[in-house]
Amino acid sequence: MLSIKNLHASIEGTPILRGINLEVKPGEVHAIMGPNGSGKSTLASVLAGREEYEVTDGSVDFLGKDLLDLAPEDRAREGVFLAFQYPVEIPGVSSTNFLRTAVNQVREYRGLEPLDAVKFLSEMKEKMKLVEIDQKLLSRALNEGFSGGEKKRNEIFQMAMLEPKLSILDETDSGLDIDALRVVSNGVNKLKSNENATIVVTHYQRLLDYIVPDYVHVLYKGRIVKSGTKELALELEEKGYDWIKEEVDAAV
Amino acid sequence: MSKDNQILEEFTSKEYEHGWSVDMEVDEAPPGLNEEIIKWISAKKEEPQWLLDWRLKAFKTWSEMTEPEWANVTYPKIDLQALRYYSAPKKSKKPKSLDEIDPELLQIYERLGISLNEQKKLQGIAVDAVLDSVSVGTTFKDTLSKLGIIFCSFSEAVKEHPDLVKQYLGSVVPMTDNYYAALNSAVFSDGSFCYIPAGVRCPMELSTYFRINAANTGQFERTLIVAEDSSYVSYLEGCTAPQRDENQLHAAVVEIYAAKNAEVKYSTVQNWFPGDKNGKGGIYNFVTKRGICAGDNSKISWTQVETGSAVTWKYPSCILKGDNSVGEFYSVAVTNNYQQADTGTKMIHIGKNTKSRIVSKGISAGKSQNSYRGQVQVMKRATNARNFSQCDSLLMGDKCGAHTFPYIDIQNSSAKVEHEATTSKIGEDQLFYCNQRGISTEDAVALIVNGYAKEVLNQLPMEFAVEAQKLLALTLEGSVG
Repeated sequence: MLSIKNLHASIEGTPILRGINLEVKPGEVHAIMGPNGSGKSTLASVLAGREEYEVTDGSVDFLGKDLLDLAPEDRAREGVFLAFQYPVEIPGVSSTNFLRTAVNQVREYRGLEPLDAVKFLSEMKEKMKLVEIDQKLLSRALNEGFSGGEKKRNEIFQMAMLEPKLSILDETDSGLDIDALRVVSNGVNKLKSNENATIVVTHYQRLLDYIVPDYVHVLYKGRIVKSGTKELALELEEKGYDWIKEEVDAAV
Repeated sequence: MSKDNQILEEFTSKEYEHGWSVDMEVDEAPPGLNEEIIKWISAKKEEPQWLLDWRLKAFKTWSEMTEPEWANVTYPKIDLQALRYYSAPKKSKKPKSLDEIDPELLQIYERLGISLNEQKKLQGIAVDAVLDSVSVGTTFKDTLSKLGIIFCSFSEAVKEHPDLVKQYLGSVVPMTDNYYAALNSAVFSDGSFCYIPAGVRCPMELSTYFRINAANTGQFERTLIVAEDSSYVSYLEGCTAPQRDENQLHAAVVEIYAAKNAEVKYSTVQNWFPGDKNGKGGIYNFVTKRGICAGDNSKISWTQVETGSAVTWKYPSCILKGDNSVGEFYSVAVTNNYQQADTGTKMIHIGKNTKSRIVSKGISAGKSQNSYRGQVQVMKRATNARNFSQCDSLLMGDKCGAHTFPYIDIQNSSAKVEHEATTSKIGEDQLFYCNQRGISTEDAVALIVNGYAKEVLNQLPMEFAVEAQKLLALTLEGSVG
């Protein structure tokens, strides 16, 4: 589904990603872990097409298409979803209105009829249950005055509505208390299928108790320096990142 | 050049939709401004002597005034002697009913999406259509007159209801008020007149649609709305003009009188030709709009969506004379390319327990300058006056400017005046967030701008709100900051 080869990216001339290789197949959950500043969020941003990052080398193939060649909105329409670490506020625009615009533009791209208000609302009702989100929240301006937990819940709700093929969760656990974490994770788990894939970017192992990864990758200095299964995450939890850093730095 | 700037450039090249004009035979005054011209206009309109005298007095006052220069706008001086002050479509006789209106005129309005044919008309809106200097026709007159509501062109009101006109003309905006109001008083050609008798709630929206067609002609219309005790009316105003290389002057006066317990809602969607992307041409929109809450518990509410004109100079105001009276001003002003807007309001609290609310949302793009200028004045006997002002500015790109000039003058210590102001840019973060959800950048801008202006758009009557929303989206097509 997703094939990243030798990906290099920099911001304002400073290289951040220095040769990422990653293969993601349908139905898989990959966790990207690593110390602060290792390039985790950059990887998520580059995949979503954030403009500040310049891709200097490498390729990304997504379902047979050159992902890096697509505009951010077309990446989304092709089925790439990014759950933001810091979802933005859009004053005066209700979540409902925002999502309806998004859903219908994605549908148009895929050659589908737009959903009318009735169908859209019934679809919403159904998906709302997944993340236990309140309708009142959705009629408020997007993310404005939302708590950290509400924002993250809204991200997963949007993911449910847009039905992406590849979901990238960027530090979705940050700022969540344990109850919110459970609700959000449950939502993600319910949306999992054999056809879609998930990349979970996180600093802590905690989230991976709820969203169990098939593979864990450790990112350090812009490269994946270690890959393994969920046991690797537990090891990191126990021993921290220093031993990996030492291993890598010694090898250089 | 970044992608954002490219899109910004595209947006600045957006064409004005109503820029066409129609060639037709007109009856017009020779260019120039002097007593003879004023007499000529007055004679043309078969006016009574008192009105001619009033005009001449205004002309004399105006001759002694100088053009104001305090507004935050710059433009080459207008040669008022080069303008024509009257231009009317030629017709053999005055149409008695809408059926007799020249089909060519009807077509102009059809093209603008305004049907003067009552059967086809939008439900529940009566329209007075003004082309250049004269009113072309007014719809639903009969329906309204059954309730005692007078809704007609200003010229007709002078003939049919001279006492009312005489009583209220210049009572809210005196001819001496300012340079352009004085000029308008001297040369005004037509406009709308509206009278709502005591206790009547006008069952439909009343609307005036102004269109400038002729070249080198100033449009000076005059609107007068009188709402008697416990009456209610909602009034709409729309306007467009052809695309011409020269600047054209529009200097209107609107007066509103609200008696005891009366409520008047006045909404404008202003879409005069703003000039081309290099700043050539466009309308100079120098307008005086003022309402007086003369009676206790009366209310006047101004809502404006300003997207057009090369230069705008406009401050719809409320004089809150009656006790417990309420004044409101809701405004969205968009400037793009080289447009300049200096707009805002004045709230003058005279009566006790008077309240005013100001919500101003400026949106600047291109190389434009957008200023809010507002005055809140609380007079000595205005005990417990309340004002809340909110002035927000939204910037798109880095070549435009937003300015806020609030003036507050309090002479009564019981007054409570609040002022809030914010300036923001449409953030790349917001746009990227929308993009990431599959929304194109243009639609994202429209979404964000409409959200930003929502509080004001919500004040507009339904049909207008939809039109205004589309207009905003269109005006800001492709813009990013």
